Amino acid sequence: MQAAEKDEDILSLYQKIILDHGKSPRNAGVVEQHDCRSEGKNPLCGDRVTVTVAIDDEGQVLDLKFDGKGCAISIASASMMTEAVRGLRTDDVRKLIQAVAKLCKEELSPDQFIAEYGDGLGARLEPLTALSGVRQFPARFKCANLPWHTLLSCLDGSDSATTEG
Amino acid sequence: MSALAHDAEKSETRVFDLDLVRRDFPILSRTVHNKPLTYLDSAASAQKPQAVIDVIRYQYEHEYANVHRGAYSLSEALTSKYELAREKVRQFINATTDREVVFTKGATEAINLVSATFGRTLEAGDEVVITGLEHHSNIIPWQLLRDQCGIVLKVVPVSDEGDVSLNDVAAALSKKTKLVAVAHISNALGTLLPIKEITAAAHAIGAKVLIDGCQGIAHEPVDVQDLDCDFYAFSGHKLYGPNGIGVLYGKEDMLNAMPPYQGGGEMISNVTFERSEWAELPAKFEAGTPPIVPAVGLGAAIEYISGFDRTDIAAHENDLLVYATEQLQTLNSIRLIGTAEKKAAAVSFVLEGAHPHDLATILDRSGVCVRAGHHCAQPLMDRFGVTATVRASFGMYNTREEVDVLIDALGHAREILC
Ligand SMILES: Cc1ncc(COP(=O)(O)O)c(C=O)c1O
Repeated sequence: MQAAEKDEDILSLYQKIILDHGKSPRNAGVVEQHDCRSEGKNPLCGDRVTVTVAIDDEGQVLDLKFDGKGCAISIASASMMTEAVRGLRTDDVRKLIQAVAKLCKEELSPDQFIAEYGDGLGARLEPLTALSGVRQFPARFKCANLPWHTLLSCLDGSDSATTEG
Repeated sequence: MSALAHDAEKSETRVFDLDLVRRDFPILSRTVHNKPLTYLDSAASAQKPQAVIDVIRYQYEHEYANVHRGAYSLSEALTSKYELAREKVRQFINATTDREVVFTKGATEAINLVSATFGRTLEAGDEVVITGLEHHSNIIPWQLLRDQCGIVLKVVPVSDEGDVSLNDVAAALSKKTKLVAVAHISNALGTLLPIKEITAAAHAIGAKVLIDGCQGIAHEPVDVQDLDCDFYAFSGHKLYGPNGIGVLYGKEDMLNAMPPYQGGGEMISNVTFERSEWAELPAKFEAGTPPIVPAVGLGAAIEYISGFDRTDIAAHENDLLVYATEQLQTLNSIRLIGTAEKKAAAVSFVLEGAHPHDLATILDRSGVCVRAGHHCAQPLMDRFGVTATVRASFGMYNTREEVDVLIDALGHAREILC
Protein backbone atom coordinates (compact mmCIF):
# COMPACT_ATOMS: atom_id res chain seq x y z
CA MET A 1 0.00 0.00 0.00
CA GLN A 2 1.48 3.30 -1.09
CA ALA A 3 0.36 5.13 2.02
CA ALA A 4 2.36 2.81 4.25
CA GLU A 5 5.68 4.52 3.54
CA LYS A 6 7.12 6.49 6.42
CA ASP A 7 6.30 10.13 6.11
CA GLU A 8 8.70 11.88 8.47
CA ASP A 9 6.91 15.21 8.29
CA ILE A 10 3.62 13.66 9.29
CA LEU A 11 5.25 11.67 12.06
CA SER A 12 6.90 14.76 13.46
CA LEU A 13 3.60 16.63 13.33
CA TYR A 14 1.71 13.85 15.06
CA GLN A 15 4.30 12.85 17.65
CA LYS A 16 3.20 10.62 20.50
CA ILE A 17 3.13 13.46 22.95
CA ILE A 18 0.86 15.52 20.66
CA LEU A 19 -1.54 12.64 20.16
CA ASP A 20 -1.51 11.92 23.87
CA HIS A 21 -2.35 15.49 24.85
CA GLY A 22 -4.83 15.67 21.97
CA LYS A 23 -6.74 12.65 23.27
CA SER A 24 -6.37 13.21 26.99
CA PRO A 25 -6.01 16.93 27.46
CA ARG A 26 -4.77 18.18 30.82
CA ASN A 27 -6.43 21.04 32.65
CA ALA A 28 -9.53 20.99 30.51
CA GLY A 29 -12.33 23.01 31.99
CA VAL A 30 -12.87 26.39 33.56
CA VAL A 31 -11.11 28.10 36.44
CA GLU A 32 -14.13 29.24 38.45
CA GLN A 33 -12.32 32.02 40.31
CA HIS A 34 -10.62 33.44 37.25
CA ASP A 35 -9.21 36.92 36.82
CA CYS A 36 -9.48 36.85 33.07
CA ARG A 37 -11.20 34.84 30.41
CA SER A 38 -10.93 34.92 26.65
CA GLU A 39 -12.54 32.97 23.84
CA GLY A 40 -10.45 32.32 20.76
CA LYS A 41 -11.84 31.29 17.42
CA ASN A 42 -10.47 30.18 14.13
CA PRO A 43 -13.28 31.32 11.83
CA LEU A 44 -11.86 29.34 8.93
CA CYS A 45 -12.49 26.00 10.55
CA GLY A 46 -14.83 26.71 13.45
CA ASP A 47 -12.37 25.59 16.10
CA ARG A 48 -12.68 27.44 19.38
CA VAL A 49 -10.95 27.50 22.71
CA THR A 50 -11.77 29.40 25.89
CA VAL A 51 -8.99 30.16 28.33
CA THR A 52 -9.55 31.12 31.97
CA VAL A 53 -6.68 32.30 34.15
CA ALA A 54 -6.27 33.11 37.84
CA ILE A 55 -3.37 35.46 38.64
CA ASP A 56 -2.12 36.42 42.10
CA ASP A 57 -1.11 39.89 43.31
CA GLU A 58 2.52 39.35 42.34
CA GLY A 59 1.55 38.65 38.73
CA GLN A 60 2.01 34.92 38.93
CA VAL A 61 -0.29 32.51 37.12
CA LEU A 62 -1.99 30.50 39.86
CA ASP A 63 -4.19 28.45 37.67
CA LEU A 64 -5.34 28.23 34.08
CA LYS A 65 -7.62 25.92 32.17
CA PHE A 66 -8.95 25.67 28.69
CA ASP A 67 -12.21 24.53 27.25
CA GLY A 68 -12.62 23.93 23.59
CA LYS A 69 -13.21 21.93 20.49
CA GLY A 70 -10.64 21.42 17.84
CA CYS A 71 -8.16 19.25 16.03
CA ALA A 72 -5.42 17.21 17.68
CA ILE A 73 -2.92 20.01 17.15
CA SER A 74 -4.93 22.79 18.74
CA ILE A 75 -6.10 20.70 21.67
CA ALA A 76 -2.61 19.33 22.34
CA SER A 77 -1.17 22.81 22.11
CA ALA A 78 -3.74 24.10 24.60
CA SER A 79 -3.16 21.22 26.97
CA MET A 80 0.63 21.56 26.89
CA MET A 81 0.27 25.30 27.29
CA THR A 82 -1.61 24.92 30.56
CA GLU A 83 1.16 22.71 31.94
CA ALA A 84 3.94 25.01 30.79
CA VAL A 85 2.44 28.27 31.95
CA ARG A 86 1.12 27.44 35.41
CA GLY A 87 3.23 29.11 38.03
CA LEU A 88 5.00 31.47 35.65
CA ARG A 89 4.98 35.22 36.03
CA THR A 90 2.82 36.91 33.42
CA ASP A 91 5.74 38.80 31.86
CA ASP A 92 7.49 35.47 31.31
CA VAL A 93 4.28 34.06 29.88
CA ARG A 94 4.21 36.85 27.33
CA LYS A 95 7.74 36.06 26.27
CA LEU A 96 6.91 32.41 26.02
CA ILE A 97 3.87 33.10 23.83
CA GLN A 98 6.11 34.90 21.35
CA ALA A 99 8.69 32.17 21.46
CA VAL A 100 6.14 29.46 20.75
CA ALA A 101 4.92 31.35 17.70
CA LYS A 102 8.50 31.51 16.44
CA LEU A 103 9.02 27.85 17.21
CA CYS A 104 5.98 26.94 15.15
CA LYS A 105 7.28 28.94 12.22
CA GLU A 106 10.82 28.44 11.12
CA GLU A 107 12.17 31.31 13.19
CA LEU A 108 13.45 29.39 16.19
CA SER A 109 14.81 25.86 16.37
CA PRO A 110 13.78 23.61 19.26
CA ASP A 111 17.31 23.90 20.69
CA GLN A 112 17.31 27.68 20.47
CA PHE A 113 13.88 27.70 22.03
CA ILE A 114 15.12 25.78 25.06
CA ALA A 115 18.38 27.72 25.22
CA GLU A 116 16.79 31.15 25.07
CA TYR A 117 13.63 30.67 27.06
CA GLY A 118 14.32 27.61 29.10
CA ASP A 119 16.43 29.24 31.77
CA GLY A 120 15.43 27.36 34.87
CA LEU A 121 12.35 26.09 33.04
CA GLY A 122 14.00 23.49 30.86
CA ALA A 123 11.99 20.46 31.83
CA ARG A 124 8.78 22.41 31.69
CA LEU A 125 9.40 23.74 28.18
CA GLU A 126 10.76 20.53 26.70
CA PRO A 127 7.35 19.10 25.67
CA LEU A 128 6.49 22.27 23.78
CA THR A 129 9.24 21.58 21.25
CA ALA A 130 6.94 18.91 19.80
CA LEU A 131 4.88 21.78 18.41
CA SER A 132 7.72 22.55 16.01
CA GLY A 133 6.42 19.71 13.79
CA VAL A 134 3.84 22.17 12.52
CA ARG A 135 6.46 24.19 10.64
CA GLN A 136 6.22 21.88 7.62
CA PHE A 137 2.48 22.54 7.52
CA PRO A 138 1.96 26.29 7.31
CA ALA A 139 -1.81 25.78 6.96
CA ARG A 140 -1.82 24.31 10.47
CA PHE A 141 0.11 27.09 12.19
CA LYS A 142 -3.13 28.67 13.33
CA CYS A 143 -4.19 25.44 14.98
CA ALA A 144 -1.02 25.30 17.08
CA ASN A 145 -1.09 28.98 17.84
CA LEU A 146 -4.77 29.50 18.65
CA PRO A 147 -4.54 28.70 22.39
CA TRP A 148 -1.47 30.89 22.84
CA HIS A 149 -2.96 33.71 20.89
CA THR A 150 -6.07 33.42 23.04
CA LEU A 151 -4.01 33.41 26.24
CA LEU A 152 -2.28 36.60 25.14
CA SER A 153 -5.55 38.37 24.52
CA CYS A 154 -6.74 37.08 27.89
CA LEU A 155 -3.73 38.62 29.64
CA ASP A 156 -4.34 41.81 27.65
CA GLY A 157 -7.83 41.95 29.11
CA SER A 158 -9.71 41.18 25.90
CA ASP A 159 -12.49 38.63 26.05
CA SER A 160 -12.16 37.39 22.51
CA ALA A 161 -9.52 36.57 19.97
CA THR A 162 -9.53 35.43 16.41
CA THR A 163 -6.84 33.99 14.20
CA GLU A 164 -7.98 36.23 11.36
CA GLY A 165 -7.07 39.86 10.80
CA MET B 1 -7.32 26.95 -32.14
CA SER B 2 -9.35 23.80 -31.77
CA ALA B 3 -11.34 25.21 -28.90
CA LEU B 4 -12.64 28.02 -31.03
CA ALA B 5 -13.29 25.95 -34.09
CA HIS B 6 -16.05 24.26 -32.07
CA ASP B 7 -18.36 27.16 -32.70
CA ALA B 8 -18.46 26.43 -36.39
CA GLU B 9 -18.86 22.68 -36.42
CA LYS B 10 -21.62 21.84 -33.95
CA SER B 11 -20.22 18.58 -32.75
CA GLU B 12 -22.24 15.46 -32.06
CA THR B 13 -22.85 14.23 -28.54
CA ARG B 14 -19.67 12.69 -27.17
CA VAL B 15 -19.60 9.25 -25.71
CA PHE B 16 -18.78 9.50 -22.01
CA ASP B 17 -15.39 7.79 -21.95
CA LEU B 18 -13.84 8.40 -18.54
CA ASP B 19 -10.24 8.04 -19.71
CA LEU B 20 -10.77 10.55 -22.45
CA VAL B 21 -12.62 12.90 -20.11
CA ARG B 22 -9.70 12.81 -17.68
CA ARG B 23 -7.32 13.67 -20.47
CA ASP B 24 -9.33 16.81 -21.12
CA PHE B 25 -8.33 18.11 -17.66
CA PRO B 26 -4.59 18.73 -17.70
CA ILE B 27 -4.22 19.22 -13.94
CA LEU B 28 -5.34 15.64 -13.28
CA SER B 29 -2.01 14.29 -14.49
CA ARG B 30 0.02 16.13 -11.86
CA THR B 31 1.28 14.68 -8.61
CA VAL B 32 1.03 15.95 -5.04
CA HIS B 33 3.74 14.83 -2.59
CA ASN B 34 4.86 12.42 -5.31
CA LYS B 35 1.45 10.76 -5.40
CA PRO B 36 -1.05 11.08 -8.23
CA LEU B 37 -3.46 13.91 -7.56
CA THR B 38 -6.78 12.60 -6.24
CA TYR B 39 -8.99 15.63 -6.44
CA LEU B 40 -12.15 15.15 -4.40
CA ASP B 41 -13.07 18.76 -3.82
CA SER B 42 -15.04 19.73 -6.89
CA ALA B 43 -17.87 21.06 -4.74
CA ALA B 44 -15.46 23.77 -3.61
CA SER B 45 -14.23 24.40 -7.13
CA ALA B 46 -14.05 22.18 -10.17
CA GLN B 47 -10.98 21.69 -12.32
CA LYS B 48 -10.88 23.15 -15.81
CA PRO B 49 -10.83 21.34 -19.15
CA GLN B 50 -8.24 22.30 -21.75
CA ALA B 51 -10.97 23.87 -23.88
CA VAL B 52 -11.63 26.47 -21.16
CA ILE B 53 -7.94 27.12 -20.53
CA ASP B 54 -7.32 27.54 -24.26
CA VAL B 55 -10.13 30.01 -24.74
CA ILE B 56 -8.98 32.19 -21.85
CA ARG B 57 -5.46 32.20 -23.15
CA TYR B 58 -6.60 32.87 -26.70
CA GLN B 59 -8.64 35.89 -25.64
CA TYR B 60 -5.75 37.53 -23.83
CA GLU B 61 -3.23 36.67 -26.53
CA HIS B 62 -5.25 37.57 -29.58
CA GLU B 63 -8.46 39.34 -28.90
CA TYR B 64 -8.61 41.52 -25.84
CA ALA B 65 -10.18 44.95 -25.29
CA ASN B 66 -13.02 46.32 -23.21
CA VAL B 67 -16.56 45.40 -24.16
CA HIS B 68 -19.46 47.53 -25.36
CA ARG B 69 -17.18 50.52 -25.68
CA GLY B 70 -14.70 50.51 -28.51
CA ALA B 71 -15.84 51.33 -32.00
CA TYR B 72 -13.05 49.18 -33.29
CA SER B 73 -12.90 45.59 -34.34
CA LEU B 74 -11.06 44.13 -31.35
CA SER B 75 -13.64 45.44 -28.94
CA GLU B 76 -16.47 44.43 -31.21
CA ALA B 77 -15.10 40.91 -31.52
CA LEU B 78 -14.79 40.44 -27.77
CA THR B 79 -18.16 42.07 -27.17
CA SER B 80 -19.78 39.55 -29.43
CA LYS B 81 -17.98 36.68 -27.66
CA TYR B 82 -19.16 38.05 -24.31
CA GLU B 83 -22.73 38.22 -25.56
CA LEU B 84 -22.39 34.79 -27.14
CA ALA B 85 -21.41 33.44 -23.72
CA ARG B 86 -24.62 34.93 -22.37
CA GLU B 87 -26.56 33.17 -25.07
CA LYS B 88 -24.85 29.89 -24.17
CA VAL B 89 -25.90 30.35 -20.55
CA ARG B 90 -29.43 31.14 -21.69
CA GLN B 91 -29.63 27.93 -23.66
CA PHE B 92 -28.02 25.92 -20.87
CA ILE B 93 -30.65 26.92 -18.34
CA ASN B 94 -33.40 27.47 -20.92
CA ALA B 95 -34.14 31.07 -20.01
CA THR B 96 -36.67 32.78 -22.27
CA THR B 97 -34.36 35.57 -23.35
CA ASP B 98 -30.78 36.58 -22.69
CA ARG B 99 -32.08 39.73 -21.02
CA GLU B 100 -32.73 37.37 -18.11
CA VAL B 101 -29.08 36.37 -17.80
CA VAL B 102 -27.08 38.78 -15.63
CA PHE B 103 -23.36 38.21 -15.26
CA THR B 104 -21.98 38.68 -11.74
CA LYS B 105 -18.68 37.76 -10.17
CA GLY B 106 -20.18 34.66 -8.60
CA ALA B 107 -23.15 33.14 -6.83
CA THR B 108 -22.45 35.20 -3.74
CA GLU B 109 -22.76 38.43 -5.67
CA ALA B 110 -25.84 37.12 -7.47
CA ILE B 111 -27.65 36.47 -4.16
CA ASN B 112 -26.50 39.77 -2.72
CA LEU B 113 -27.80 41.47 -5.83
CA VAL B 114 -31.25 40.08 -5.14
CA SER B 115 -31.18 40.97 -1.45
CA ALA B 116 -29.99 44.49 -2.25
CA THR B 117 -32.61 45.17 -4.95
CA PHE B 118 -35.64 42.94 -4.65
CA GLY B 119 -34.91 42.98 -0.93
CA ARG B 120 -35.23 46.75 -0.83
CA THR B 121 -38.85 46.44 -1.92
CA LEU B 122 -39.69 44.43 1.21
CA GLU B 123 -41.13 45.92 4.37
CA ALA B 124 -40.80 45.30 8.07
CA GLY B 125 -42.66 42.13 8.97
CA ASP B 126 -42.36 40.59 5.50
CA GLU B 127 -40.91 37.11 5.67
CA VAL B 128 -38.03 35.47 3.87
CA VAL B 129 -37.84 31.68 4.18
CA ILE B 130 -34.55 29.79 3.92
CA THR B 131 -33.58 26.29 5.02
CA GLY B 132 -31.23 25.03 7.71
CA LEU B 133 -28.74 23.67 5.18
CA GLU B 134 -27.93 26.89 3.36
CA HIS B 135 -24.45 28.09 2.55
CA HIS B 136 -23.52 31.27 4.43
CA SER B 137 -23.94 33.17 1.17
CA ASN B 138 -27.65 32.36 1.25
CA ILE B 139 -27.98 33.26 4.94
CA ILE B 140 -25.98 36.41 5.60
CA PRO B 141 -27.52 38.58 2.84
CA TRP B 142 -30.94 37.95 4.38
CA GLN B 143 -29.66 38.62 7.91
CA LEU B 144 -28.25 41.92 6.71
CA LEU B 145 -31.59 42.72 5.13
CA ARG B 146 -33.38 41.79 8.35
CA ASP B 147 -31.15 44.13 10.31
CA GLN B 148 -31.69 46.91 7.80
CA CYS B 149 -35.41 46.79 7.26
CA GLY B 150 -36.95 44.45 9.79
CA ILE B 151 -37.94 41.53 7.62
CA VAL B 152 -38.40 38.24 9.45
CA LEU B 153 -36.07 35.39 8.55
CA LYS B 154 -37.62 31.94 8.89
CA VAL B 155 -35.57 28.77 8.74
CA VAL B 156 -37.02 25.45 7.59
CA PRO B 157 -35.62 22.61 9.74
CA VAL B 158 -33.30 19.91 8.42
CA SER B 159 -34.08 16.27 9.21
CA ASP B 160 -31.66 13.80 10.81
CA GLU B 161 -30.91 12.54 7.31
CA GLY B 162 -29.95 16.03 6.21
CA ASP B 163 -33.09 16.42 4.18
CA VAL B 164 -35.60 19.23 3.82
CA SER B 165 -39.20 18.16 3.35
CA LEU B 166 -41.75 19.88 1.26
CA ASN B 167 -44.17 19.73 4.19
CA ASP B 168 -41.79 21.63 6.42
CA VAL B 169 -41.30 24.27 3.75
CA ALA B 170 -45.05 24.55 3.32
CA ALA B 171 -45.44 24.92 7.09
CA ALA B 172 -43.04 27.86 7.10
CA LEU B 173 -44.97 29.73 4.43
CA SER B 174 -47.50 32.36 5.34
CA LYS B 175 -49.31 35.29 3.81
CA LYS B 176 -46.33 37.39 4.79
CA THR B 177 -43.80 35.28 2.94
CA LYS B 178 -42.30 37.34 0.15
CA LEU B 179 -39.35 35.17 -0.82
CA VAL B 180 -38.23 31.57 -0.45
CA ALA B 181 -34.47 31.24 -0.95
CA VAL B 182 -33.19 27.66 -1.01
CA ALA B 183 -30.27 25.64 -2.25
CA HIS B 184 -30.78 23.30 -5.19
CA ILE B 185 -28.14 20.93 -3.77
CA SER B 186 -26.52 21.30 -0.33
CA ASN B 187 -22.81 21.93 -0.71
CA ALA B 188 -22.06 20.44 2.71
CA LEU B 189 -24.12 17.23 2.48
CA GLY B 190 -25.05 16.76 -1.15
CA THR B 191 -28.80 16.71 -0.42
CA LEU B 192 -30.92 17.40 -3.47
CA LEU B 193 -33.93 19.56 -2.61
CA PRO B 194 -37.37 19.30 -4.26
CA ILE B 195 -37.02 22.77 -5.75
CA LYS B 196 -39.76 22.47 -8.32
CA GLU B 197 -42.32 21.53 -5.67
CA ILE B 198 -41.00 24.18 -3.30
CA THR B 199 -41.36 26.75 -6.05
CA ALA B 200 -44.94 25.71 -6.74
CA ALA B 201 -45.81 25.87 -3.03
CA ALA B 202 -44.25 29.31 -2.67
CA HIS B 203 -46.00 30.63 -5.76
CA ALA B 204 -49.30 29.32 -4.51
CA ILE B 205 -49.17 31.82 -1.65
CA GLY B 206 -47.72 34.58 -3.81
CA ALA B 207 -44.07 34.40 -2.70
CA LYS B 208 -41.11 34.62 -5.07
CA VAL B 209 -38.40 31.98 -5.23
CA LEU B 210 -34.62 32.17 -5.43
CA ILE B 211 -32.66 28.98 -6.03
CA ASP B 212 -29.01 28.91 -4.97
CA GLY B 213 -27.87 26.71 -7.80
CA CYS B 214 -24.18 26.82 -7.07
CA GLN B 215 -23.97 23.05 -6.69
CA GLY B 216 -27.12 22.20 -8.62
CA ILE B 217 -25.95 23.61 -11.91
CA ALA B 218 -22.99 21.23 -12.03
CA HIS B 219 -24.93 18.04 -11.38
CA GLU B 220 -28.51 18.48 -12.49
CA PRO B 221 -30.04 19.67 -15.72
CA VAL B 222 -31.61 23.05 -15.09
CA ASP B 223 -34.60 24.39 -16.97
CA VAL B 224 -35.68 27.61 -15.34
CA GLN B 225 -38.92 27.75 -17.28
CA ASP B 226 -39.87 24.30 -16.17
CA LEU B 227 -38.83 25.03 -12.58
CA ASP B 228 -40.62 28.36 -12.80
CA CYS B 229 -38.28 29.86 -10.20
CA ASP B 230 -37.96 33.64 -10.16
CA PHE B 231 -34.18 33.63 -9.65
CA TYR B 232 -31.45 31.06 -10.09
CA ALA B 233 -27.90 31.90 -8.99
CA PHE B 234 -24.64 30.08 -9.67
CA SER B 235 -20.88 30.44 -10.04
CA GLY B 236 -18.90 29.50 -13.12
CA HIS B 237 -16.03 27.92 -11.23
CA LYS B 238 -18.05 24.96 -9.97
CA LEU B 239 -19.18 24.28 -13.52
CA TYR B 240 -15.65 23.67 -14.83
CA GLY B 241 -15.41 27.32 -15.81
CA PRO B 242 -13.10 30.04 -14.51
CA ASN B 243 -13.58 31.86 -11.24
CA GLY B 244 -14.62 35.49 -11.12
CA ILE B 245 -17.82 34.85 -13.08
CA GLY B 246 -21.29 33.94 -11.96
CA VAL B 247 -24.83 34.20 -13.18
CA LEU B 248 -28.05 35.53 -11.83
CA TYR B 249 -31.00 34.34 -13.83
CA GLY B 250 -34.08 36.43 -13.11
CA LYS B 251 -37.49 36.49 -14.74
CA GLU B 252 -37.63 39.50 -17.01
CA ASP B 253 -40.56 41.18 -15.30
CA MET B 254 -38.89 40.74 -11.92
CA LEU B 255 -35.63 42.24 -13.11
CA ASN B 256 -37.48 45.12 -14.75
CA ALA B 257 -39.34 45.90 -11.56
CA MET B 258 -36.22 45.88 -9.39
CA PRO B 259 -34.09 48.96 -8.73
CA PRO B 260 -30.50 48.73 -9.98
CA TYR B 261 -27.78 47.10 -7.88
CA GLN B 262 -24.53 49.01 -8.30
CA GLY B 263 -24.21 52.32 -10.09
CA GLY B 264 -21.56 53.00 -12.68
CA GLY B 265 -20.74 52.69 -16.33
CA GLU B 266 -22.75 50.42 -18.63
CA MET B 267 -25.87 50.37 -16.49
CA ILE B 268 -27.27 53.70 -17.64
CA SER B 269 -28.86 55.01 -20.80
CA ASN B 270 -28.57 58.67 -19.94
CA VAL B 271 -26.86 60.55 -17.11
CA THR B 272 -27.21 64.11 -15.90
CA PHE B 273 -26.38 65.38 -12.44
CA GLU B 274 -30.08 65.73 -11.74
CA ARG B 275 -31.15 62.26 -12.75
CA SER B 276 -30.15 59.21 -14.71
CA GLU B 277 -31.99 56.57 -16.63
CA TRP B 278 -31.22 52.90 -16.41
CA ALA B 279 -30.07 50.82 -19.29
CA GLU B 280 -32.13 47.94 -20.61
CA LEU B 281 -31.70 44.46 -19.21
CA PRO B 282 -29.32 42.89 -18.50
CA ALA B 283 -26.93 45.90 -18.64
CA LYS B 284 -28.94 47.57 -15.86
CA PHE B 285 -27.40 45.08 -13.43
CA GLU B 286 -23.91 45.01 -14.89
CA ALA B 287 -22.30 48.25 -13.73
CA GLY B 288 -18.66 48.73 -14.62
CA THR B 289 -16.32 46.62 -16.72
CA PRO B 290 -17.61 43.08 -16.30
CA PRO B 291 -15.53 39.90 -15.95
CA ILE B 292 -15.21 39.68 -19.72
CA VAL B 293 -12.79 36.85 -20.32
CA PRO B 294 -14.17 34.75 -17.43
CA ALA B 295 -17.60 35.04 -19.07
CA VAL B 296 -16.18 33.80 -22.35
CA GLY B 297 -14.47 31.00 -20.40
CA LEU B 298 -17.78 30.07 -18.81
CA GLY B 299 -19.28 29.88 -22.28
CA ALA B 300 -16.53 27.43 -23.24
CA ALA B 301 -17.19 25.35 -20.10
CA ILE B 302 -20.87 25.15 -20.91
CA GLU B 303 -20.05 24.11 -24.42
CA TYR B 304 -17.71 21.45 -23.08
CA ILE B 305 -20.34 19.94 -20.79
CA SER B 306 -23.04 20.27 -23.38
CA GLY B 307 -20.90 18.10 -25.63
CA PHE B 308 -21.98 15.16 -23.48
CA ASP B 309 -25.35 13.70 -22.71
CA ARG B 310 -25.85 15.05 -19.21
CA THR B 311 -27.57 11.90 -18.08
CA ASP B 312 -24.28 10.07 -18.77
CA ILE B 313 -22.42 12.47 -16.49
CA ALA B 314 -25.11 12.18 -13.83
CA ALA B 315 -25.07 8.38 -13.99
CA HIS B 316 -21.30 8.32 -13.56
CA GLU B 317 -21.39 10.74 -10.64
CA ASN B 318 -24.15 8.75 -9.03
CA ASP B 319 -22.12 5.57 -9.37
CA LEU B 320 -19.25 7.30 -7.55
CA LEU B 321 -21.60 8.51 -4.84
CA VAL B 322 -23.09 5.07 -4.26
CA TYR B 323 -19.68 3.39 -4.34
CA ALA B 324 -18.09 5.91 -1.97
CA THR B 325 -21.02 5.66 0.44
CA GLU B 326 -20.68 1.87 0.51
CA GLN B 327 -16.94 1.91 0.92
CA LEU B 328 -16.99 4.50 3.68
CA GLN B 329 -19.42 2.39 5.63
CA THR B 330 -16.87 -0.40 5.73
CA LEU B 331 -14.68 1.80 7.95
CA ASN B 332 -15.12 1.50 11.68
CA SER B 333 -16.69 4.27 13.70
CA ILE B 334 -17.56 6.40 10.74
CA ARG B 335 -20.58 8.65 10.88
CA LEU B 336 -21.99 9.73 7.56
CA ILE B 337 -23.64 13.10 7.79
CA GLY B 338 -26.29 13.54 5.16
CA THR B 339 -28.04 10.33 4.17
CA ALA B 340 -31.00 11.76 2.33
CA GLU B 341 -32.57 9.60 -0.33
CA LYS B 342 -31.82 12.08 -3.06
CA LYS B 343 -28.22 13.22 -3.10
CA ALA B 344 -25.67 14.33 -5.59
CA ALA B 345 -21.92 14.00 -5.82
CA ALA B 346 -20.82 14.58 -2.21
CA VAL B 347 -20.26 12.56 0.96
CA SER B 348 -19.71 14.24 4.31
CA PHE B 349 -18.53 12.31 7.34
CA VAL B 350 -16.69 12.29 10.64
CA LEU B 351 -14.50 9.55 12.03
CA GLU B 352 -14.57 9.02 15.76
CA GLY B 353 -11.28 10.00 17.38
CA ALA B 354 -9.92 11.82 14.36
CA HIS B 355 -10.64 15.46 13.75
CA PRO B 356 -11.43 16.37 10.12
CA HIS B 357 -8.46 18.74 9.89
CA ASP B 358 -6.00 16.15 11.02
CA LEU B 359 -7.47 13.71 8.52
CA ALA B 360 -7.25 16.22 5.70
CA THR B 361 -3.61 17.03 6.47
CA ILE B 362 -2.69 13.36 6.34
CA LEU B 363 -4.84 12.64 3.28
CA ASP B 364 -3.06 15.44 1.46
CA ARG B 365 0.18 13.50 1.85
CA SER B 366 -1.41 10.73 -0.17
CA GLY B 367 -2.32 13.24 -2.86
CA VAL B 368 -5.96 13.30 -1.75
CA CYS B 369 -7.66 16.71 -1.68
CA VAL B 370 -10.79 16.78 0.46
CA ARG B 371 -12.44 19.61 2.28
CA ALA B 372 -12.35 19.59 6.07
CA GLY B 373 -14.29 22.25 7.88
CA HIS B 374 -17.73 23.73 8.25
CA HIS B 375 -18.23 24.18 4.51
CA CYS B 376 -19.57 27.70 5.04
CA ALA B 377 -22.61 26.13 6.68
CA GLN B 378 -22.04 26.57 10.41
CA PRO B 379 -25.71 26.42 11.41
CA LEU B 380 -25.91 23.06 9.64
CA MET B 381 -22.84 21.81 11.50
CA ASP B 382 -24.49 22.90 14.77
CA ARG B 383 -27.60 21.00 13.74
CA PHE B 384 -25.54 17.81 13.60
CA GLY B 385 -23.53 18.60 16.72
CA VAL B 386 -20.17 18.81 14.97
CA THR B 387 -17.84 21.71 14.26
CA ALA B 388 -16.55 20.25 11.04
CA THR B 389 -16.81 17.30 8.69
CA VAL B 390 -14.68 15.80 5.97
CA ARG B 391 -16.33 16.16 2.59
CA ALA B 392 -15.33 14.26 -0.51
CA SER B 393 -17.08 15.58 -3.58
CA PHE B 394 -17.06 14.39 -7.15
CA GLY B 395 -16.83 15.85 -10.58
CA MET B 396 -17.36 14.22 -13.94
CA TYR B 397 -13.67 13.21 -14.04
CA ASN B 398 -13.40 11.23 -10.80
CA THR B 399 -13.01 7.46 -10.73
CA ARG B 400 -13.82 4.52 -8.48
CA GLU B 401 -10.08 4.01 -8.12
CA GLU B 402 -9.85 7.45 -6.58
CA VAL B 403 -12.50 6.46 -4.07
CA ASP B 404 -10.31 3.46 -3.22
CA VAL B 405 -7.32 5.77 -2.72
CA LEU B 406 -9.45 7.85 -0.35
CA ILE B 407 -10.49 4.82 1.66
CA ASP B 408 -6.90 3.54 1.90
CA ALA B 409 -5.65 6.92 2.92
CA LEU B 410 -8.34 7.22 5.59
CA GLY B 411 -7.31 3.89 7.03
CA HIS B 412 -3.71 5.02 7.07
CA ALA B 413 -4.61 8.33 8.69
CA ARG B 414 -6.48 6.50 11.39
CA GLU B 415 -3.47 4.37 12.14
CA ILE B 416 -1.49 7.51 12.76
CA LEU B 417 -4.13 9.39 14.72
CA CYS B 418 -5.95 6.77 16.72
C1 LIG C 1 -24.45 26.08 -2.23
C2 LIG C 1 -23.49 27.23 -2.43
N1 LIG C 1 -23.96 28.48 -2.45
C3 LIG C 1 -23.16 29.53 -2.64
C4 LIG C 1 -21.79 29.39 -2.79
C5 LIG C 1 -20.94 30.59 -2.97
O1 LIG C 1 -20.31 30.57 -4.22
P1 LIG C 1 -19.15 31.60 -4.56
O2 LIG C 1 -18.19 31.56 -3.41
O3 LIG C 1 -18.57 31.08 -5.83
O4 LIG C 1 -19.78 32.94 -4.74
C6 LIG C 1 -21.26 28.10 -2.75
C7 LIG C 1 -19.81 27.91 -2.87
O5 LIG C 1 -19.15 27.32 -2.04
C8 LIG C 1 -22.12 27.00 -2.58
O6 LIG C 1 -21.65 25.75 -2.57
